[in-house]
Amino acid sequence: MEQYVDALQEIGNIGIGNAATALADILRTRINVTVPRATFVPIEEVFTVVGKVEDLVVAVVLRVEGGINGTILFVFPEASALELVVQLLGTRYDTIQEVDEMGQSVLMEVGNVLAGSFLNAISAMTQLTFIPAVPMLAFDMLGSVISGALSGSGMVEDQVLLIETVLFEEGYTVAGDFFLFFDPGSLAALLRALGLDGQTV
Amino acid sequence: MFQTSKELFPGDDVEEIQVGIADFKVGRNPSVLITLGLGSCVGVSLYDAVQKVGGLIHIMLPRMAEFEKRVNKPAKFADTGIPLLLEEVLKLGANRRLLEAKIAGGAQMFTGADQKFKLNIGERNIAVVRETLKNLGIRIAAEDVGGSRGRTMVLDTTTGRVMVRVPGSHIKEI
Repeated sequence: MEQYVDALQEIGNIGIGNAATALADILRTRINVTVPRATFVPIEEVFTVVGKVEDLVVAVVLRVEGGINGTILFVFPEASALELVVQLLGTRYDTIQEVDEMGQSVLMEVGNVLAGSFLNAISAMTQLTFIPAVPMLAFDMLGSVISGALSGSGMVEDQVLLIETVLFEEGYTVAGDFFLFFDPGSLAALLRALGLDGQTV
Repeated sequence: MFQTSKELFPGDDVEEIQVGIADFKVGRNPSVLITLGLGSCVGVSLYDAVQKVGGLIHIMLPRMAEFEKRVNKPAKFADTGIPLLLEEVLKLGANRRLLEAKIAGGAQMFTGADQKFKLNIGERNIAVVRETLKNLGIRIAAEDVGGSRGRTMVLDTTTGRVMVRVPGSHIKEI
């Protein structure tokens, strides 16, 4: 498995670079990204790898189907999510509970744009087609969002492949974490599409 | 130590045992079992107040048979995980007749319109947890289930107290 980590980090890099550009376009600002980290961990250790699982976050979750299946999560601290709503909608809310349907829809749309541009980049590289589902929203502790996303997608594999990166605006007024969890079998399909032998995965 | 257990046991030297997703652990007095990030997942604790031993499991999905057979981690499922937890708690010296269960979790975490996403997984987890405990003859002493918020669950093997914390609110005993 370890030998594929570099390739996966590179995929993450290209995908997230494209997503950051898309976000920069809609926010009319500069968005930086950290080098993605690809990790392959037993499911019971996911929290140890992710860290800060008790932090309150706003999460946009999207299922992805097609060439590979998986679950994409964009996770923002409350302040960043509220800032996104201000920048895109012009409305300032004090807490996330106050954000109305319109504000929630804006946050889901941000998730849509990020996921769509991420997947487009990977699709161009692999010739695989992806169909992202409609986004869903949660405001909760990071750990619950992740476990909820994994069980909601019927995650039954004992190992979790996770690509993780951080996007942030200059000055960190908006910062978010990106997670991609692959479904069973999807990793092999992705590696095959990249011309790597995925049979041992 | 995690934030929640720090608040519960400030300055204490109690051993903290963390239970991950699809994982279970057992412990004896004095120790604290904690599982974070229960969303639609359900935490089930078993405790024997005389022997002061207990266990905690973090269940993800209802029944093993409903999913394709790539699975070899029974602790992920309510119907296969709880019997395993029971077995380990008994090995540690618990008296089966004295065991009491407490359960927490099973929330509906997400709002949105994705029909394929298993939105009712929390409810189904709760139903199968109750059924499995009933079949094993273990009484449920307390529940904090459903709703839309995630939970952290802590079992103190010294007192048998089970504490639940929802983000943004105070810790409460169930």
